[in-house]
Amino acid sequence: MKKFASYLFFAALLLPVASFTVSASAGAGVEHSGANINDRASLQRGAKWYVNYCLGCHTLSYMRYNRLAEDLNLTEDMVMQNLIFTDSKFGETMDIAMNPEHAKNWFGKTPPDLSLIGRSRGADWLYAYLRGFYRDENGGWNNTMLPNASMPHVLWRLQGIQTPVYRQETSESGYTHDVIDHFVLTTPGTQTPHEFDETTRDIAAFLDYTGEPAKLKRKGIGVWVILFLVLFTFIAYLLKAEYWRDIH
Amino acid sequence: MAKFTDNVSKQAGALLNWFDDRLPVTSFWKAVMTDYQAPKNFNFWYYMGSLALLVLVIQIFSGILLAMHYKPSAAEAFASVEYIMRDVDWGWLIRYMHTTGASFFFILIYLHMFRSLLYGSHKAPRELLWVFGMFIYVVLMAEAFLGYILPWGQMSYWGAQVIINLFGALPKIGEPLTQWIRGDYYISDATLNRFFALHVIAVPLALLGLVMLHLVALRENGSNNPDGIEIKKNKGPDGTPVDGIPFHPYYTVKDIFGVGFFLILFSFVLFLWPEAGGLFLEHDNFVPANPLVTPEHIKPVWYFTPYYAILKAVPDKLMGVITMGASVVILFFLPWLDRSPVKSIRYKGMWYKVLLTMFTVAFVRLGLLGMAEGTPAQTWEMRIWTLVYFMFFVLLFFMSPKGKTKPEPERVTH
Repeated sequence: MKKFASYLFFAALLLPVASFTVSASAGAGVEHSGANINDRASLQRGAKWYVNYCLGCHTLSYMRYNRLAEDLNLTEDMVMQNLIFTDSKFGETMDIAMNPEHAKNWFGKTPPDLSLIGRSRGADWLYAYLRGFYRDENGGWNNTMLPNASMPHVLWRLQGIQTPVYRQETSESGYTHDVIDHFVLTTPGTQTPHEFDETTRDIAAFLDYTGEPAKLKRKGIGVWVILFLVLFTFIAYLLKAEYWRDIH
Repeated sequence: MAKFTDNVSKQAGALLNWFDDRLPVTSFWKAVMTDYQAPKNFNFWYYMGSLALLVLVIQIFSGILLAMHYKPSAAEAFASVEYIMRDVDWGWLIRYMHTTGASFFFILIYLHMFRSLLYGSHKAPRELLWVFGMFIYVVLMAEAFLGYILPWGQMSYWGAQVIINLFGALPKIGEPLTQWIRGDYYISDATLNRFFALHVIAVPLALLGLVMLHLVALRENGSNNPDGIEIKKNKGPDGTPVDGIPFHPYYTVKDIFGVGFFLILFSFVLFLWPEAGGLFLEHDNFVPANPLVTPEHIKPVWYFTPYYAILKAVPDKLMGVITMGASVVILFFLPWLDRSPVKSIRYKGMWYKVLLTMFTVAFVRLGLLGMAEGTPAQTWEMRIWTLVYFMFFVLLFFMSPKGKTKPEPERVTH
């Protein structure tokens, strides 16, 4: 009984540690995208959307076309005909001809290289960002994830134009301000909302992949490595037990 | 066939004799492995030391391979890391070995140090062993900090900025000192290049030397054990401790099992979870360093966050730096602060269990708070836990000579 009481006591002392983990995980940010880098078809579609809509401005300077082909099960011909519209060669990285200085003048900011955006922001954020464009009251494009982003809504023909419906919210300090309640699709696009979700999910998955191409392979290798180690450790345990039999 | 193997073993014996006449191979092996008597009651906590040694080897091995492909210049560093991740054969494996190894090194060292707090391994006659260990810990922190700048991401840059500026808090010499460290007026190519030199040559050399000293000091008095009693006090007729067993083969085979178990955890992180949710590899560090854009939330890697929280807890910058320094320095004096007549927590009274638990909670909690955004409420909490952290040493000093103890056993409990 005394022992039980002391366990309880120490458990109580550990409470501050436990309470933190709960509060840290509670306010998780964005919606789950469902982007899956193991779905090759999704990655292929993502690559198609990317080179058609994004690569005009955003380079993938660390991504090589031939690596892309290898990982996405594409042949050299398929890549040369469907993914490369410039004089880039098969073994080259996905760069563009746009001059960064000019781009800065045109957009206010040079569109960043997106090779690693999947690692710094994550697929879920990208999914939310691509779906978060709306036409604001000033008549320009705005974004829920990155307010006042310099990037226009490149995919608007697909999605159409959504405008926000606001509601009033009162903060703790007593100020009321408008927050976006939901969006209304005022101009429909060529894709249904469901199709557009698929499109953005594919792009998010593709960028997740380009962030770390090795991810496709390392998990599969890891499983075998761990299985081997489990076997090794088991045998090592038997060896240890055998040696230690005479120690009392 | 039998004749052939006889012949081979005879020749091998002759070769060994040739070496023994010129180098103390056999006698050294006997002294530190087969004749060295280790207590037979080592438990879970006694795996950490040999595993830390394993990780040191992993870091050196993977570090050499990384250095073959990495370019220590501000213009090329970030791209060269991505080159390793994408174009170098198995480059991702080499890099993840190194990044996972860095975090596991600290996990092991923290557990290794905690073991000492549990069983009093720092107490006489092992004070120097502890002090060498503390030097290893401090040098390891320097090594980790220097290495963290190398990928040249946003966190590399701004983390280094925060840490180097801490030296600027020193009166008079502060500003020139930070310039001397950076080799420039701001963190630049010069800083990266010298940090690379220190990370791959200077600090590892110091680390290896200290590890040698640590091991020599360990073999001098032998390991402590969970009961905290000296096995050498109780010798059998053959002159060896009755509770001792030869380190080889008993602990070598046991450590092989430990290595296997450890590598399972290590591989799990390396292959399946290398970022560890942003703890081992921070998300912002996948954005190239940009001196003009400050990240929203600058924080050091997890193993530094307890000290970062102590730094942030103090309102004055200079006092904060001093307090943070003191929180590390005080650990060096642990052998002389713990004045208890017994070593192990098993025979110290309830008072020590409460003190140690509070200390552990304070350390972990400070680590969590050091990662957080830092609301005013959290700042107050950091202050409380900083106080608890230091109170551990104060109370230990005053309570340990008088605190209740239980009688130590004659023999180790196994």
